[in-house]
Amino acid sequence: MSRRSILAAVVAGALFAIGLAVGGMTDPAKVTGFLDFTGHWDPSLAFVMGGAIAVYAPLHRFVTRRRAPLDAPSFDLPDARRIDRRLVVGAAIFGIGWGIGGYCPGPSLVSLVSAEPATWVFVAAMAVGLALGEWSREATSAPRTDP
Amino acid sequence: MDAYPFWWILSRVDVARGLVGGGLIGLSAAVFLLFHGEIAGISGLCSSVLQRTRHVHRIAFIGSLVAVGALLRWLWPSAFGSSAASLPLLAVAGLLVGFGARVGSGCTSGHGVCGMSRGSPRSIVATLVFMGAAAVTVFAIRRLGA
Repeated sequence: MSRRSILAAVVAGALFAIGLAVGGMTDPAKVTGFLDFTGHWDPSLAFVMGGAIAVYAPLHRFVTRRRAPLDAPSFDLPDARRIDRRLVVGAAIFGIGWGIGGYCPGPSLVSLVSAEPATWVFVAAMAVGLALGEWSREATSAPRTDP
Repeated sequence: MDAYPFWWILSRVDVARGLVGGGLIGLSAAVFLLFHGEIAGISGLCSSVLQRTRHVHRIAFIGSLVAVGALLRWLWPSAFGSSAASLPLLAVAGLLVGFGARVGSGCTSGHGVCGMSRGSPRSIVATLVFMGAAAVTVFAIRRLGA
């Protein structure tokens, strides 16, 4: 693992953290305000997703025209196409949790280090949830025995 | 809905902050793709780090996210709000977010930003479903819970 590779990951993590804070994603009240379509709707966060897609979509096309990334033998991108029950049920469960707390994984990690217990509790529970989810993926993705 | 006129909604929108913040997130994901060839999906990277898979670049990315977050929280505290949810509810929320993101193969970053940018049908469906579920949850808490 080259030093350049680690430095790139650190820079990417830093840009991501700054982007979330600048965009307002680290304020759960702003997040639930965005999700509150029938009340005091605050559309600001739509611009965060819009801005991210506007920058990433062309760059993704440009970068994946290369034969390989700079510090890995090949691109490792998801190739699943099927919209299955697991995708929909998982996304619904994720959405309910996001609506309750106002935190999704990125902002909760950026907000983690604090004197208050809230983000520690959320991230600890999220780690347990991720492990349970991983376990359930492994348990249910066993090869099908039926033809 | 009629109690909140369009101009009032517009007056609350922070377009510039949203676009700049979003642009930085898009740039971050592009750097990660260029160097490491992977989607910058936080839940997937976080899960990989927790499983101690020894992918140094993933540990560096998540570590930097947390460390720079700590620095930002110290330098710019007003960017960080607190959740309206109680601690037990936050524990439930964290459990659902982690479990749902893993089962659904991604979260706001992996599906909402990277997958949508790639035009992945799975990510478009996942994003619509989690936004819908989150909006219904916020509605239920605001209207029925309070």
